[in-house]
Amino acid sequence: MLPDQLVFAMEVTLNGLMAGVMYALVALGFVLIFKASGIFNYAQGVLALFAALTLVGLQNGQIPFAHVINAAFGTNLHHFGWTLPAVVAIALTALVMVGVAWLIERLVLKHLINQEPIILFMATIGLAYFLEGLGDVMWGADIKTLDVGLPQGISETVETVTANWLGYGFFIDKLDIVAALVAAALVAALTLFSQYTKYGRALRAVADDHQAALSVGISLRFVWVLVWSIAGFVALIAGIMWGAKSGVQFSLSLIALKALPVLMLGGFTSIPGAIVGGLIIGMGEKLFEFFAGPLIGGATENWFAYVLALLFLVFRPQGLFGERIIERV
Amino acid sequence: MRKSFTLLAAAAIAAGTAGAAQADLVVPNLSYRTGPFAAGGIPYADGFQDYFTLLNERDGGIGGEKVQTPECETAYNTEKGVECYEATKGMGALVYNPLSTGITYQLIPKMQADGITLYTPGYGRTSAANGKVFEWVFNYPANYWDGASVAVKYLLDQNGGSLDGKKIALLYHNSAYGKEPIRTLEELSKKHGFTLSTLPIDSPGQEQKSQWLQVRREKPDFVIFYGWGVMNSVAIQEAANIRFPMENFIGIWWSGSENDVQAAGAGAHGYKSLTMHGVGADYPVYADLKQYVHDAGKAAGDGSNAGTVLYSRGMYAAMVIAEAIRKAQELAGTSAVNAAQVRDGFEALEITEARMAELGLPDFGQPFAASCEDHGGPGMARLQQWDATAQKWTLISDWISPDDEVLAPLVAEDSAAYAAEAGLTQRCN
Repeated sequence: MLPDQLVFAMEVTLNGLMAGVMYALVALGFVLIFKASGIFNYAQGVLALFAALTLVGLQNGQIPFAHVINAAFGTNLHHFGWTLPAVVAIALTALVMVGVAWLIERLVLKHLINQEPIILFMATIGLAYFLEGLGDVMWGADIKTLDVGLPQGISETVETVTANWLGYGFFIDKLDIVAALVAAALVAALTLFSQYTKYGRALRAVADDHQAALSVGISLRFVWVLVWSIAGFVALIAGIMWGAKSGVQFSLSLIALKALPVLMLGGFTSIPGAIVGGLIIGMGEKLFEFFAGPLIGGATENWFAYVLALLFLVFRPQGLFGERIIERV
Repeated sequence: MRKSFTLLAAAAIAAGTAGAAQADLVVPNLSYRTGPFAAGGIPYADGFQDYFTLLNERDGGIGGEKVQTPECETAYNTEKGVECYEATKGMGALVYNPLSTGITYQLIPKMQADGITLYTPGYGRTSAANGKVFEWVFNYPANYWDGASVAVKYLLDQNGGSLDGKKIALLYHNSAYGKEPIRTLEELSKKHGFTLSTLPIDSPGQEQKSQWLQVRREKPDFVIFYGWGVMNSVAIQEAANIRFPMENFIGIWWSGSENDVQAAGAGAHGYKSLTMHGVGADYPVYADLKQYVHDAGKAAGDGSNAGTVLYSRGMYAAMVIAEAIRKAQELAGTSAVNAAQVRDGFEALEITEARMAELGLPDFGQPFAASCEDHGGPGMARLQQWDATAQKWTLISDWISPDDEVLAPLVAEDSAAYAAEAGLTQRCN
């Protein structure tokens, strides 16, 4: 039998990798938009919140803006009276996110073409506040239970197998296993899309060189709508996974904080970087908490993730998979 | 920039309360209806505001004076909370209840200097219970240390009077709030022979895997929990995931609302928390609230929170403030009381069981009598348990008193340290 500490560390490592997948799901949205447009999208966390709110609202047949309508007309509206199957609600929410992407392009980005990246970044800060407020007015600020049929709780299979092998049954959340599978499918789909479809190639062309892409007839505005739509869909997936854990509430937007060290480490322009960065951050912070936490009072994960990312940056300023920026004077 | 913001905020608030007569009683409502903690802030703010609306609509105010509750959004952010205080104090504010321990810590010295009462029921700085030092702060009927002690007393009662050899883990919000009970529990562990382990969780607390893996490894007999916001629902979900026995998981009153348990579904069944007031809407005051506030279209927010735990708590805080103002009017012999007179009302306040019944809240809260020395009340609490099938909280214990033998020296020590630091002379001699 292995020593207890080693067995426990193995369990912590596995759980850290699973947590890393959850972080990577959020980081992916940032990477997609940054890669195609050079915009650091501050609103990515709020997009996940907005998507999750819309999903629950549609699924439960909640009337959007009911509070405002009731206040204005003295009515007492709340629900349409339907409950949609999860798949239908997810599909409709994805459509809403495409609509949001189109509106963002029409109302915000179109007017900021050729502006400095910092201007675009500031615009996404405004967008984050706007979307958070819109989500509140549309769907209310109460905590909503998200039930799309995802399994939750300890995986008995993993527990039994590890108990037989190692004498200690590991805890792995079934939701985390699903999240890992979804993340793998998502990365595969995104890779196939960008490598083998016309629009994917257009997206890569814009990512490589805006002006060259424009010169061969690729519509920058269409690509922006496309990439924000995909980022909106990724935000929906992240919102579902995180919302299933805690219910859909406004703190969901703060999951973006978990993605930042992942981006620093993995690079802002690499999809595999987001995944590998997530895994390293997740595993690193959990192992540090396991070994060093008891010695220094615990609660190390939030700050250690950034320390770990900074350590990597010392050796690779562009992140593990980021593009090296060489500027010649 | 800061000054212009404050002026703007003041103008906005003034506009919102346009029409308020100068003599009105002003009780600002520092609330949070936006941001990550909105789900807890909204029902509390609704209950707080609706109770004053009820008094205005049913009784014509307090002693004939209408009560104004200008609302200012803090988003549970300490800096914004202080800005709200600065923006509203000039409106003739009589008392503040900011529902945030962080904001409370910043306001204590300011309000001491400004001569305005700070009322922090069940939160804030625990040692403010010592009126000899904290002249302008009141935190009755119970505080964080009382809560920790009541939880341990309950566990003693459940375990034949002994916790010797038992393991208790404190899972807490890694902030001034969450750290409050540590010293108390350390003292209680020495007294009762249980082993205490402390597990901090950083705010907001969406990721708690490390802490729950530790709970699973170390197998504490009981977990006491001081969380807030999303931390609560995630902790209860994680406890269910690792199959921790819910009946051995006890939250403080800030970790015991419907918000906290509903996301975990059936997994939350049996979870317990402390409460400092009754549960549900089966009290006569709710009939009045329905008639004069909700049915009249005057409810705060969307009117959907009546009867929930946090709505009741906001209403309870408003009720105590209203009674203190009433007492102040009685002492001062005038209905148009000022901030100093309201402080006197808080210090002379006595709420009996009979008075609670008169107010439509029989057996809702514990009776208490404040004094110059005692700003903290008896500190009793009850236990409530979540029934996931019926989707409601049920009271499962009578009022339990805290262990004053342990708490009183801690309060004296902490408040004396504050007095020395702030250069205050102890009063009530």
